[in-house]
Amino acid sequence: MSATSTAMEVNAEARRILAVSISKLYASRTQRGGLRLHRSLLVSLVMRSARDIYHASRESEAPGAPTPQEPMDSSPSSEEQKQLPPQEAEPAQTEPQCALSPAPQTAVEAEECACDSEITEDKENMSPAARQSRKRRSKASAAPDFLPSKRARLEPGEERYAAPLGSCRVGAAETHGDLHQRVPGHSDDSGWVKTTEIDPLTGTRTETERPWKFEGETGSVS
Amino acid sequence: HLLPGPGGDMQWCFSQVKGAIDDDVAEADIISTVEFNQTGELLATGDKGGRNKNQPQFRSEYNVYSTFQSHEPEFDYLKSLEIEEKINKIRWLPQKNAAHFLLSTNDKTIKLWKISERDKRPDGYNLKEDDGRYKDPNSITSLRVPVLIPMDLMVEASPRRVFANAHTYHINSISVNSDNETYLSADDLRINLWHLEITDRSFNIVDIKPANMEDLTEVITAAEFHPLQCNTFVYSSSKGTIRLCDMRNAALCDKHSKLFEEPEDPSNRSFFSEIISSISDVKFSHNGRYMMTRDYLSVKIWDLNMETRPVETYQVHEYLRSKLCSLYENDCIFDKFECCWNGDDSVVMTGSYNNFFRMFDRGQHRDVTLEASRENSKPLQVLKPRKVCAGGKRKKDEISVDSLDFNKKILHTAWHPQDNIIAVATTNNLYIFQDKVN
Repeated sequence: MSATSTAMEVNAEARRILAVSISKLYASRTQRGGLRLHRSLLVSLVMRSARDIYHASRESEAPGAPTPQEPMDSSPSSEEQKQLPPQEAEPAQTEPQCALSPAPQTAVEAEECACDSEITEDKENMSPAARQSRKRRSKASAAPDFLPSKRARLEPGEERYAAPLGSCRVGAAETHGDLHQRVPGHSDDSGWVKTTEIDPLTGTRTETERPWKFEGETGSVS
Repeated sequence: HLLPGPGGDMQWCFSQVKGAIDDDVAEADIISTVEFNQTGELLATGDKGGRNKNQPQFRSEYNVYSTFQSHEPEFDYLKSLEIEEKINKIRWLPQKNAAHFLLSTNDKTIKLWKISERDKRPDGYNLKEDDGRYKDPNSITSLRVPVLIPMDLMVEASPRRVFANAHTYHINSISVNSDNETYLSADDLRINLWHLEITDRSFNIVDIKPANMEDLTEVITAAEFHPLQCNTFVYSSSKGTIRLCDMRNAALCDKHSKLFEEPEDPSNRSFFSEIISSISDVKFSHNGRYMMTRDYLSVKIWDLNMETRPVETYQVHEYLRSKLCSLYENDCIFDKFECCWNGDDSVVMTGSYNNFFRMFDRGQHRDVTLEASRENSKPLQVLKPRKVCAGGKRKKDEISVDSLDFNKKILHTAWHPQDNIIAVATTNNLYIFQDKVN
């Protein structure tokens, strides 16, 4: 039992770090002076480590073992510090993979967008996996529950991430869980964007086209 | 353990403090760089508001000599980016005549400033009135030579060169070459070589930008020319490596001559291992035989002849290793601490939190923690060594890790090139301490 709870602690820690990292990346886009490449790189490295640990610990928990994260009919376990709607647990397992695999590239993408006009054209040739981050998710494939989101609310009695030192706070950026990019040159509201969606489990690609809508900076960052 | 005296036989005393007293810090007043000139006669500070302050030494006191606005905020319309006016680095040029020259840089543009004194003015022109209007030629009947008469000392700072448009990414370092003709500037991915006289051209000598930005794994964090060999420079990376390059080898120094890297201790592995191994500063010793690097938790001294590991490692605040997650959340883990050598390379210094700074005496194997605070700022008051209690029972006068103020950080310190005088910058105050013996 102790092995499982340690794995769960690691899992919870990894998820927390992932959430914090994503808010940092998001917040850095509105920073004065432009995106800091060094900082974005470091944050994305942390995210990658956390993501790997998260998946490793999920895999070790997953097959058959009765864990509190098993979905469907169990109510959120008291061991979970964070809200975990049962019906979203299964998609949540696969969601992080598509939300987060582009993340290290996202940091670089965002910096690339902002700082280097000479490689704007490379964005056209970017791998589909990287561009996935722009895709707005439909309600069916909702954002991972642990990411800061408009829908996330604390149950009464639950606490936010405890932070013992100084004035550390988890940036509570209101996002939809995906990271919109402002593509240079797209200053008008027209135009179509082709996106490729990769199913994380099977690897199959689906290409869709949808009208591009210019996104302003969304959400408030604390 | 008992030490006969902190930091060797040095006893540090308060000398001066400059800056606002109140806790409400204006963003523009945040000190972003501190640098003595080669003689120690002048001390320059740069701040977030783009201002440079120069203070000359007079009877062991530094007083403001000139303040000028080095950089203004700019807007890059093409990229929709604001360019901060914050001064990232100042480097003095060796003095060649009565005037002083320094290089000052923000994220994108380097400027060469001339600081000169004017204490005389010409009086009595032959052809002009005192107010500058030309006299009627017919009214001039005699020859007259202007004389220089004394006036109140005026210190003028004028920009002599502007080195712009050479950096796509944010400039983190500038370094003047020992040849006194060239200097380098480094951003996250590239290093450029400039001639001090030529502003419309620079040579790119290091380029680590990958063909595909998605493959980016490391960035350049600091760079410096060797103090004696004009063909040699080093640059540090976010992965904790230092590369030494020889400009005689090739025009583009992408291939290093030496690679300094210490293998990571696997027992210390954590989510944040990569962040804390990122080097925030690299400085050659004055004699050019060693270099020092600063990463988040330690200072390392490298012998230029040995690439496999540093010859000395000093822990600055090892008690923070267990707090890395919280320090990540509150962004402190991204703080870039600088480090510096004393004049004879026997002691090194770097900053920490709670307005503490640390000195490591290499020869005597002693170290000390001191604090820059207004409470200890009576004239010539001797600084008492401080101690942080990492865990367990806290002794009297010790501070526990959880009581440390992480908003009070000392990122920038400078040591006078000859004497035991140090300049320590807290967020918006500049402290000057000197050795009692001085």
